[in-house]
Amino acid sequence: MIRVHEILSNLAVRWALIGCALLCAIILFGSVGGWWSPQRLTQDRMAAAFLQVNGPHPGFRLNHAKGVCVTGWFDSTGEAIAVSKAAVFQVGKVPVVGRFSLAGGMPFQVDKPTAVRALALQFRPAGAQEWRTGTLNIPVFAVNSARGFYDQLLATAPDPKTGKPDPAKMTAFLGAHPETAKALSIITKRSISSGFFDSTFNGLNAFRFVNSAGASVPVRWSFLPIASLPTEPIPQSTPADENYLFDALVAQIKRHPLQWRLMITVAEPDDPTDDATRPWPNERRQIDAGTVTIDQVASEDGSSCTGINFDPLVLPNGIEASDDPLLSARSSVYARSFTIRAGQVHEKPPSAVDRRAVQSGTTP
Amino acid sequence: MAVMILAMLLIGIGMAASVSERYRVLVSIHRPLGIAILILVVVRLVNRLFNPAPSLPATMSVLERFGAKGSHVLLYILMALLPLVGWGMLSAARYPIVLFGGLHLPPILPHNLSLYSGLRQLHTVLAFLLLATFITHFGAALFHGLVRRDGVLESMAPSLRNILQSAHRDRQSHE
Repeated sequence: MIRVHEILSNLAVRWALIGCALLCAIILFGSVGGWWSPQRLTQDRMAAAFLQVNGPHPGFRLNHAKGVCVTGWFDSTGEAIAVSKAAVFQVGKVPVVGRFSLAGGMPFQVDKPTAVRALALQFRPAGAQEWRTGTLNIPVFAVNSARGFYDQLLATAPDPKTGKPDPAKMTAFLGAHPETAKALSIITKRSISSGFFDSTFNGLNAFRFVNSAGASVPVRWSFLPIASLPTEPIPQSTPADENYLFDALVAQIKRHPLQWRLMITVAEPDDPTDDATRPWPNERRQIDAGTVTIDQVASEDGSSCTGINFDPLVLPNGIEASDDPLLSARSSVYARSFTIRAGQVHEKPPSAVDRRAVQSGTTP
Repeated sequence: MAVMILAMLLIGIGMAASVSERYRVLVSIHRPLGIAILILVVVRLVNRLFNPAPSLPATMSVLERFGAKGSHVLLYILMALLPLVGWGMLSAARYPIVLFGGLHLPPILPHNLSLYSGLRQLHTVLAFLLLATFITHFGAALFHGLVRRDGVLESMAPSLRNILQSAHRDRQSHE
């Protein structure tokens, strides 16, 4: 102890000690914030990659930029109570706000049959905790990590010279990510339905359901179309129309509500919960949790779903995150996208499916 | 409380940068910890009403006194304002404000994206201002403890009193 005090009696040493302490504090903060590690994936770098690939589209979501808002309700069968204590699964009716969209950061992309379709939903049980989820019409996700998503995004970026993605980059990406190569072989073999109304939307990421006894099981969920409903011919615009998928959806909802059955798939012990590129076997236990009915549609401009970030980690008591790394990746980047577009509300041009398109939607 | 604020600043900077599993864990700590700090700040302010701050040594100049008092006022304002702005911005974005499992706080502002955007930016600006004030405060404490040795550090952190006093005695016996 005496030696320490002898050293400390030197004024220069004491000043140096203060300097070191302050420097250490700044280094600590910088390292937590990733200021000294340019290779680390951060929300800023993820957002920058979207901007680099898609260009700036102020006021729109970074991904799933093209979409329409819908509302409706969920009729719970009560069958999921056995596995989850979430209020939304109690027998009864729960209002929902949703959004149909196409994957990708281009808000004015032309509708194509192969474009990945999405359904995002917010379940709002009265006086209880809400549940938000995003689902896609593909059987597995193409990547299983934030790094995979980032690399894929940059690999599919159009080359400034040709205006098309560079095949060499894609080959290199698939070589580095064999899980994506496997997932794409499943995704490209899927059967593609004619529109949003008859698409199956899959949650893809695993979650955990917790029941009132505290038992926890890994699950995934899907929305299966009850497509037998349309009894009259569905007005189909031709795929030559740039919004043909959305125009058809608007017209259908205006004629009669569209419905999906919420099916919960319960995993067996060896099923992967941390890898969204791998399907679970077909014979897994399924629970029919209820039916989602969509009866109202509106343009994104000034409508209910626009102010909602469909964050996959907004979960009620009774649904928990799994060890799937994509959940944190999605939640964090969605939050950044939401913050960016919230600051651009007044710069945003009308969405591709604007108010007029929805109003005139009965006769496409 | 200093430890909580230091942790809060580190968690905040970490989660705003992270896309990894860490993000979910940090967010789940950041929200209840912020509300806990808000409650403690209120308790501290009430305590300060009844128990005035320890007096500063006579060796400090007018400017130094102003700096010391001013930085305290700033610290209190920031400690109270940051959790309130955080709560308000989550309200304006209509994110559920989750404390623990079933315990949610109600929104305190209307659902409005522009309002959220403004408060979100304010949250960052105030956080960096608090970080700067905190580091200055930390530096000043060390300055008083190591260079001035005027008892100010001991009054800021009473738990250090014994260590510092024994060091002081030790130094005097050597001189």
